[in-house]
Amino acid sequence: MADPRGSGVPTRGWLLALLILVGIAGITVLLLALLTNIFERKQEARQSFVRLVEVTEDTADPKVWGQNWPQQYDSYLRTSLPTTTKYGGRGAGASDTGPAEQKLDRDPWLKRIFAGYAFALDYRDRRGHFYALFDQEATRRVTEKQQPGACMQCHASNLPLYRFVGKGDVQKGFEQVSGMPYREAREMKDDKGQPLVQHSVACLDCHDPKTMAVRVTRPGFIAGIKAFKAKQGIADFDPNRDATRQEMRSYVCGQCHVEYYFKGPGKVVTYPWANGIKVEEIEAYYDKEGFTDWVHAETGTKLLKAQHPEFEVWSQGVHSRAGVACADCHMPYERVGSLKVSDHWVRSPLLNLNRACQTCHAVSEKELEARVLNIQDRHHALMQRAAKATTDMLDTIVAAKKRGASEKDLQAAAAQQKKAQWRLDFVAAENSMGFHAPQELARILGEVIDHARQGQLEAERATRKP
Amino acid sequence: MTRKSLVILLIGLLGIPAGVGAFTFVYAKGFSYLSTDPRACVNCHVMNPQYDGWLKSGHRHTATCVECHLPHTGLAKWVAKAEHGFRHSAAFTLQNFKEPIEITPRDREMVRVNCVRCHEGLVQAIADTPGRAHGELDCLHCHSSAGHGAGG
Repeated sequence: MADPRGSGVPTRGWLLALLILVGIAGITVLLLALLTNIFERKQEARQSFVRLVEVTEDTADPKVWGQNWPQQYDSYLRTSLPTTTKYGGRGAGASDTGPAEQKLDRDPWLKRIFAGYAFALDYRDRRGHFYALFDQEATRRVTEKQQPGACMQCHASNLPLYRFVGKGDVQKGFEQVSGMPYREAREMKDDKGQPLVQHSVACLDCHDPKTMAVRVTRPGFIAGIKAFKAKQGIADFDPNRDATRQEMRSYVCGQCHVEYYFKGPGKVVTYPWANGIKVEEIEAYYDKEGFTDWVHAETGTKLLKAQHPEFEVWSQGVHSRAGVACADCHMPYERVGSLKVSDHWVRSPLLNLNRACQTCHAVSEKELEARVLNIQDRHHALMQRAAKATTDMLDTIVAAKKRGASEKDLQAAAAQQKKAQWRLDFVAAENSMGFHAPQELARILGEVIDHARQGQLEAERATRKP
Repeated sequence: MTRKSLVILLIGLLGIPAGVGAFTFVYAKGFSYLSTDPRACVNCHVMNPQYDGWLKSGHRHTATCVECHLPHTGLAKWVAKAEHGFRHSAAFTLQNFKEPIEITPRDREMVRVNCVRCHEGLVQAIADTPGRAHGELDCLHCHSSAGHGAGG
């Protein structure tokens, strides 16, 4: 029975009290949440990382490092994601699985210039660091052609392998592994039967496990940069000892994103920098060494193959001149809570314009993107023109051969072909579509067109010989 | 329980959020925001580069952060201060802001007014030309590195 005197008023009072109580509780919860948030940020700012596990020179597995440095590891793992820009990546809508887009289909002239060489079989766009080892094993260049253990220098986290083979001496191990057949090096096991090569490019390759300092480990780079510095009058240069931190932030990338060749029967990975790192300086080095990569199937000319010379080309550009390192644009700092972390999702700056560019350029993202694409569009058009000149030259040389021109008759044309193709390949294999050094690359493409048309003229002349 | 004691209990309960709130305010260096000390602007570290730049700049000797980044008249100053404070703390708590940070158009105009306030003697002949209506005489368009950039 209802209380006849109450007439519902006390019930309303209780309800109001309950509402106020809930309100006070809610405010307290929000305040405590804010307090905890502030507390966490303050803690973050105090300590940048906690060493939960010990990492050593033998810790090749990035997952172990990830326990100490989860932010860096998380972004490193993202290198497994497909990314696409106008000229790079795997094409819009590409799925996460399967290999990258075939460059040979996009630019059929590549098949012509690489005739007779493994690159005419399979030559794809890049994927992230995560796939460096996996994609190498899948390419037809490795599955169908015999390749040396030299490839391990860049495609794997290789220090445990080199130390094991060299019995503690990395340099010795590197030299011995370079000469092994690819599969033997890839499948080598230690004394306990554990495989020595299990991981793609990872933490150990660029970081000192004791101090976390950026370091270089690839023996080919260490020898190459020493030779290059010696040319500039700096004797006995050791990047790990003599380079500034900012230089190291480019050298770590220059360990692999460079032009190289396998020297001698031992197949030792060598960077051809003793004479300088410009396109014609490297060419002169090869000429002096008497080195060529393969014989062109259509013309019979001995030619050079260029390998992704990003470091060399960047060195000729304005960003390099201004002291901007690879990592400044490709691994820009990002703030995670109160921490400043460099982004280990190494990728095109076009996908990260605010952090990559706006840190220095106070211009809108739209404007920055337009500037980059403007450079890339012009570069792409010029490169296609240079490629056309090169294939025209090939057509003319082939026609001359058919009409009976001898090797001797075609010597002058072959010399031009070698120069044109080396330059065209140097530009095409470089992964920035012109951006790393627009003017330098345009200069080289200008030379390509000149050499290709000269080669074409020489071939024409050869057919007219009495 | 009587209504009176219920009211006393509820008022007493208000003491909990009041206490937690007061502690949070002090712990978060809340009082520093009522000062003009530039160090308050780097409590959360987001503006470290700007602070570091300012420390080495020419303006350091004559202008602190708020000299340029807040209005100088009574009420407008406190309104702007509260608005900045709320916007920045919300952004940092929710971690949902764009980086590198960018000044808003309204705050940029605030800075321009402050440029003129100090440099009036020098710029009075050009600051008030008709072009101003179209935003053409924005000091920062050319002097974008004043205060905490390469230009000091």
